[in-house]
Amino acid sequence: MYDTGKIMTGLAAVLVMLTLPFWYSAATGKAVEKHDPVLPKTEKKCVESRQYMRDSHMDLLNRWRDAVVREDRHTYVSQDGTRYEMSLTNTCMKCHVERAQFCDKCHTYMGESPFCWDCHLDRKGVL
Amino acid sequence: MDGSRRAFLKTAGCAILGAGLAAPIARTVGGAVSADATPGELKAGRWAIVVDVRKCLQRENCRACIDACHVAHNVPLIKNPAHEIKWIWKEPFKDTFEAEAHPHLDKGLAGQHVLVLCNHCDNPPCVRVCPTKATWKRADGIVMMDQHRCIGCRYCIAGCPYGSRSFNWQDPRPFITTGIKPEYPTRMKGVVEKCTFCTERLLKGLAPACVEVCNKVAGPGTMTFGDIRDPGSDVVRMLKTGFSIRRKPGLGTEPQIFYLV
Repeated sequence: MYDTGKIMTGLAAVLVMLTLPFWYSAATGKAVEKHDPVLPKTEKKCVESRQYMRDSHMDLLNRWRDAVVREDRHTYVSQDGTRYEMSLTNTCMKCHVERAQFCDKCHTYMGESPFCWDCHLDRKGVL
Repeated sequence: MDGSRRAFLKTAGCAILGAGLAAPIARTVGGAVSADATPGELKAGRWAIVVDVRKCLQRENCRACIDACHVAHNVPLIKNPAHEIKWIWKEPFKDTFEAEAHPHLDKGLAGQHVLVLCNHCDNPPCVRVCPTKATWKRADGIVMMDQHRCIGCRYCIAGCPYGSRSFNWQDPRPFITTGIKPEYPTRMKGVVEKCTFCTERLLKGLAPACVEVCNKVAGPGTMTFGDIRDPGSDVVRMLKTGFSIRRKPGLGTEPQIFYLV
């Protein structure tokens, strides 16, 4: 093989660059913060199952929005038959009091910036 | 035996496929929006407001209804008239009732300010021109806004002959000086807003904030809210007590704010 030394050095350099994130966090002990949303202490049960809320809360909120604003319907019947007032501020945020402790945790981690907060506020009135 | 093995494999295959599909479908279906009416909600065939101008004008500097509305709905206080946001406000008589103003009008009246708000027209031009259906007329006559769908084109502002609509040229939140009410959303830069006849209060069985506070401060009957289609309603009763006019009736918008003069 010609230029073995150069090729091997180049390959090694590329390998180091590709694995840099691992070396960096191993060396500094700093990694991207784990997204651990703080669940409300007062309630054990959300509107729907945990899995459904994880997968589809955005669809649920879109359906709630359209029903409330456009159809003047305000009651949601969950899969287990419980009735809820459809309201981000007055139902969701009643338990998830602080947006920063719940919503933002995953949204920030995922690089999501939903426009809910352009207008809606959490219970503490935090912008 | 071949036949039955084939049938068994078919059934087993379908069962596995079904089980595999059922779980993700169950995950995404969720519950249902109930068609039931909200208990205690105020309902009407056609909402309307009657303003008794004779009583209202006696309290020249009264701002009770304006403050109540603007605080309840997080309406920002912006001094610059080009950027200001208003849901309910006072307008000089000659601008409110252009057709009724003339050079020989009582000087006192000409200089006074009349209470104005969205007329919730029966034939609303704002609704006709909105390209996204962000504003529409509900079955009970309320001309409603969907801030989620507003693209800020301001056609509705051009369409409304009463100036009832305001555009957010900037983030309104820094201008909400009375303390933001978290129960009601603010608006964002780039959307149009206006009076909604307090749909959020009607839901709880309450009259609009302006009407409620006005009747406390200025006495009952100064502002009356009710169903204009119901012959026994307060608004119909009030309209029988005197001569009433509406703003710019010649335009054919059929405004539903009536002024007893």
